[in-house]
Amino acid sequence: MALTKLETALLDLLKEDCRLPLEKLSAMTGASMEETAEVIDRLEKNHVILRYSPVINWDLTDRERVEAMIEVRVTPQRDMGFDAVARRIYRFDEVKSVYLMSGSYDLLVLVEARTLKELASFVSSKLSTLETVTGTATSFVLKRYKEEGVIFEGEESDRRLVISP
Amino acid sequence: MNYDRFLNPAIVAVPPSGIRRFFDLASTMKDAISLGVGEPDFKTPYHIRDAAINSLVDGETQYTANRGLPELREEISAYLAGRFSLRYRPGDQVLVTIGASEAIDLALRAMLSPGDEVLIPDPSYVSYAPGVIFAGGVPVCVPTDEAHDFRLLPEHLLPRITPRTKLLILPYPNNPTGGIMEKADLEALAPVIAEHDLMVLSDEIYAELVYDGRKHVSIASLEGMAERTVVINGFSKAFAMTGWRVGYICGAPELIGIMNKIHQYTIMCAPRQGQVAALEALRTGRENDYEDITVMRDSYDRRRRLMVSSFRGMGLHCFEPYGAFYVFPSIASTGLSSEDFCSLLLREKKVAAVPGNAFGPSGEGFIRCSYATALDKLNIALERIAELIGEIARKEVSP
Repeated sequence: MALTKLETALLDLLKEDCRLPLEKLSAMTGASMEETAEVIDRLEKNHVILRYSPVINWDLTDRERVEAMIEVRVTPQRDMGFDAVARRIYRFDEVKSVYLMSGSYDLLVLVEARTLKELASFVSSKLSTLETVTGTATSFVLKRYKEEGVIFEGEESDRRLVISP
Repeated sequence: MNYDRFLNPAIVAVPPSGIRRFFDLASTMKDAISLGVGEPDFKTPYHIRDAAINSLVDGETQYTANRGLPELREEISAYLAGRFSLRYRPGDQVLVTIGASEAIDLALRAMLSPGDEVLIPDPSYVSYAPGVIFAGGVPVCVPTDEAHDFRLLPEHLLPRITPRTKLLILPYPNNPTGGIMEKADLEALAPVIAEHDLMVLSDEIYAELVYDGRKHVSIASLEGMAERTVVINGFSKAFAMTGWRVGYICGAPELIGIMNKIHQYTIMCAPRQGQVAALEALRTGRENDYEDITVMRDSYDRRRRLMVSSFRGMGLHCFEPYGAFYVFPSIASTGLSSEDFCSLLLREKKVAAVPGNAFGPSGEGFIRCSYATALDKLNIALERIAELIGEIARKEVSP
């Protein structure tokens, strides 16, 4: 869909902070509260906005978790292409994201599990056993530096003078 | 040792900037949120930084021509023509300077003789009056008022014109008020300027930051005014390039030539990498319809609207600024002076704003709040200001 100027503005603002209250969104875009609510509602109904979720730095918590990116090579199926196998894969709870890629492999699968063992078992018993999957290459995430535009290593310092004319 | 004999008393007598005290205060507070910053919160777009990096890698470390890189002057000429309908020949009408600041200084030094009077709208940027004094001139304050959105009207100007008046500084879009001059405002002013044979120094550094579908109009684009105007602009605000120090001044060859005389003897040339970066900014801008500027302007505009509606929501009178990145709400209803209000705001709520009177006596009763700050911080600052206003009203705090 072609985005209007208001839709673009609202998406930009919500992407930055999805907890901005309606009155602020309305003030910033210059649209009325009603119109602002209506547009957001429509973006949700049309599945342009799918979910409002925070960016979490789990590394600062005691939650055990491992992440991996798995390059998957598959045999595309007649009439269905890659969609059928992608669907099989994204239904697994461990899978966070699935992308169809250009290049030397077909699907990129982002997987999250509590332990290394769990993740290994997912790859060997669930993913690799799918009959259309011809090969996998698993890379574990060692450290996250930046996600969704947010830098994880402390706040970037403001180098500007506190007050300037 | 007493250095009095070695210092120029005229310079010593110029008072330090009213911003200084707040700067010293605010600098000591680590977690204060500053609405006092007069520069963009964006970084220079990466492709612009990259151009400068590449030029360093390629060993471009030499002086440039005094007037600036010829390619840059050509781009400036094309940019001003395309954006603001101004016609300046790159060869003898454009001079690249170390920021708009040097351009202001050059213009004043090239044009003023001792005792010449210079009209300066009040409130405005803090450097004009000292610059006039350094050049031997006499600054003359021209009060503007909120009732007219801080525009400069002929009736403001006329009573201040004397036989010694030589120059009018026209700083719009305005720092600190955010006020702009629209075409009709300029057209009303032009005959007064011509009739009294004045020159105009038009500081248009915020020209690209005009909102609400309005567009900056340069007084030099008005019939007959180009010859009476020197236009000053630069890259700091439009392209978030404050630290690069690149600006320029354009005008009649006779004037630019004399300014270049000062420039070549005192400065040589603006730094080469800044000029290379500026060239990249304009070249790419011409090709992609100034996308860098549009993205930043849209972001400022949202924050501008938020500020105005929030201040009004607090019960403060706040005229709608259509330019720059400042709002200038009146805090008169609190019963406090600008300085007392800002001191209290800093002390009680750790939010730094600049008292309006730092920009001239007509700024008394107002505070300058820059919205070139991240949205989450703006929201916190606004909440804290609202709290303070409540506390002042309930007499829970006092200066």
